[in-house]
Amino acid sequence: MPALTREETEALIAEVLEVYPDKAKKDRAKHLMVNDKTLESSKKCITSNRKSLPGVMTMRGCAYAGSKGVVWGPIKDMISISHGPIGCGQYARAGRRNYYVGTTGVDAFCEINFTSDFQEKDIVFGGDKKLAKLITEIETLFPLNKGISVQSECPVGLIGDDIEAVSKKAAVEIGKPVVPVRCEGFRGVSQSLGHHIANDSVRDWILSNRDGQPFEKTPYDVAILGDYNIGGDAWASRILLEEMGLRVVAQWSGDGTLAEMENTPNVKLNLLHCYRSMNYISRHMEEKYGIPWLEYNFFGPTKIKESLRKIASFFDDKIKEGAERVIEKYTPMMEAVIAKYRPRLEGKKVMLYVGGLRPRHVVGAYEDLGMEVVGTGYEFAHNDDYDRTIKDLGDATLIYDDVTGYEFEQFVEAMKPDLIGSGIKEKYVFHKMGIPFRQLHSWDYSGPYHGVDGFAVFARDMDMTLNNPCWQKLTPPWLEKHEEAEKDAA
Amino acid sequence: MAKLRQCAIYGKGGIGKSTTTQNLVSALAEAGHRVMIVGCDPKADSTRLILHSKAQTTVMHLAAAAGSVEDLELEDVMAVGYGGVKCVESGGPEPGVGCAGRGVITAINFLEEEGAYDEDLDFVFYDVLGDVVCGGFAMPIRENKAQEIYIVCSGEMMAMYAANNICKGIVKYANSGSVRLAGLICNSRNTDREDDLIEALAAKLGTQMIHFVPRDNVVQHAEIRRMTVIEFDPKAKQADEYRELARKVVENKKFIIPVPLEMEELEELLMEFGIMEVEDETIIGKTAAELAAEAAAAVA
Repeated sequence: MPALTREETEALIAEVLEVYPDKAKKDRAKHLMVNDKTLESSKKCITSNRKSLPGVMTMRGCAYAGSKGVVWGPIKDMISISHGPIGCGQYARAGRRNYYVGTTGVDAFCEINFTSDFQEKDIVFGGDKKLAKLITEIETLFPLNKGISVQSECPVGLIGDDIEAVSKKAAVEIGKPVVPVRCEGFRGVSQSLGHHIANDSVRDWILSNRDGQPFEKTPYDVAILGDYNIGGDAWASRILLEEMGLRVVAQWSGDGTLAEMENTPNVKLNLLHCYRSMNYISRHMEEKYGIPWLEYNFFGPTKIKESLRKIASFFDDKIKEGAERVIEKYTPMMEAVIAKYRPRLEGKKVMLYVGGLRPRHVVGAYEDLGMEVVGTGYEFAHNDDYDRTIKDLGDATLIYDDVTGYEFEQFVEAMKPDLIGSGIKEKYVFHKMGIPFRQLHSWDYSGPYHGVDGFAVFARDMDMTLNNPCWQKLTPPWLEKHEEAEKDAA
Repeated sequence: MAKLRQCAIYGKGGIGKSTTTQNLVSALAEAGHRVMIVGCDPKADSTRLILHSKAQTTVMHLAAAAGSVEDLELEDVMAVGYGGVKCVESGGPEPGVGCAGRGVITAINFLEEEGAYDEDLDFVFYDVLGDVVCGGFAMPIRENKAQEIYIVCSGEMMAMYAANNICKGIVKYANSGSVRLAGLICNSRNTDREDDLIEALAAKLGTQMIHFVPRDNVVQHAEIRRMTVIEFDPKAKQADEYRELARKVVENKKFIIPVPLEMEELEELLMEFGIMEVEDETIIGKTAAELAAEAAAAVA
């Protein structure tokens, strides 16, 4: 049951663009496309990773959000200092649901906001001295921290603080890594540059720390990259890998530790879930340590099975058999989930708008439940993401890059999806339009959604949202009475 | 009582802004005017001749020590020196760190909020760091601050470049506010035809050379003692020069929006007065071999 034909989708794009002034129309037209599975490259039909237009509502974040919020923040035994005024750290605190095992404030620190809390005098006289003092205080109050990262907020770049010099000196004093990260929010067009900067700082200050040190290797060592353990995702992924006989040496960075990251150069294969945020470090490890990397997808049975076999193909028969054993063991469970929920979700249309990975990665899971993704888009993807997206979606699917608030609402009104998967900023707009909505950044206080365990939760959540009786109660009483009165009259 | 006049002194670094300002202010004070100096330079050397001190403790340093500017009182930051002149230094970081511009903004806002510009004052003089490198150093000429700008310059090329650039900054704020150029103060370096040159520059900018301050060693003698000439040697000829400057400032009515010169125009002016060599355009892009060949051809 296709939502719209190619012509209809093209017409819809043209209609929605009509409202813009010419220059804006020309720019936005480049960010909207109708999918064509025959294409090899997305270059000719979509533009991405460009500055958002002034005057539109964009959902993007900043480089600081990409570095502190996504990559560095979830490392549980390191302390990330939000260096600058209070707001960036405080309003981003503990917002991303990166689960971890540990005692917060003792040996794990993700949920605490550490900040240099810039005052006017720190802008005028520079924040270097305060940063040095802050690091000393952290070391006294939280001695079990394994290292510190300094996440630059905008003013640090404006006044030219030398956080590198402070970090180097402090690292010697406390005998632990202190990593300066130049992720000032004004850099780049979205959080995407923050991921890159964070990857580069991991490369420069962390990755080679244990080079040459003894490490007991096995032939089955792997690392999970780009899994931030939202609602326990990484745990649900790790269990499958371990059951097939692999040894997971590191989780980057959800529920991850500094030691795990430092030991990663010893693995045989890097398993990359979120390509957008960690392809940089994967490529670096391939180049420097000769470690191959593999993109995988643990959303939904089809992709899980496909990924397990793809991963196993890098190893010997023992692992290949292990993969089959895992698939055999879990297939009945996954089929039971499908048997329960597919009849309730079959044929339902979904529209997505998420960050840099999920707009394509969750498609398989919806399809396993008999649902169809009729529109999807990324906040901050690059063209290599769109190259991958083309193949994962049906022909004539609407694809939108850095969609504006206006466009998204118009698309939804025209395409009338049964469910929308996006973020907190979009959620209530669509609730008010009476459309079921799930948060696909944070899993709406739920999760995990990765792996076999995650699929069961995912299917349940989609069902309880989409088939919630509340959606039938949206007609206000005075209109209901009116209908009844008409009936009576008839 | 006359309305408070707020004046800002700009000019190339090292041109003698602080010395000129303090001597001018001393002359005003001597004549019975009530004046305040606000130093807007992290070096904090705008009040030393009035206060006989090395450097006044600044608003920003006091604020840093106390926690924030909100913790300060006006009397903490204000000192009174020669002739009852009130002195404040905004202060700022040591070179190479922090943001000095933000320090100026913070300090001036503090002075306004605390009512430093009270009704007893006739004049406020802002002595601002050489170049308007960022928004912070333009603070004194924004809305409701200084209305009169005096630019200290000399007959040297770079001083005139700087004066012209400062005029560009003034134009930006003049069009949206009430700030006006009030004149050029020529602080002589004994270059050739200096007075004529600065008068010509002033005319082109649409303003006046308000006074020509000759060079005199007594200024240095006074400065070594951390005093103004007015105080150190009131009978000196140079003291009268500053008194004359003060009189002209008091009587000044010529406040204009300057017309900054284009680069070519300024260079022409400099060439006219022989400060800049006329450029030989024919040699541009020619190699030594080509030039030698040309020279040989000319001889032949």
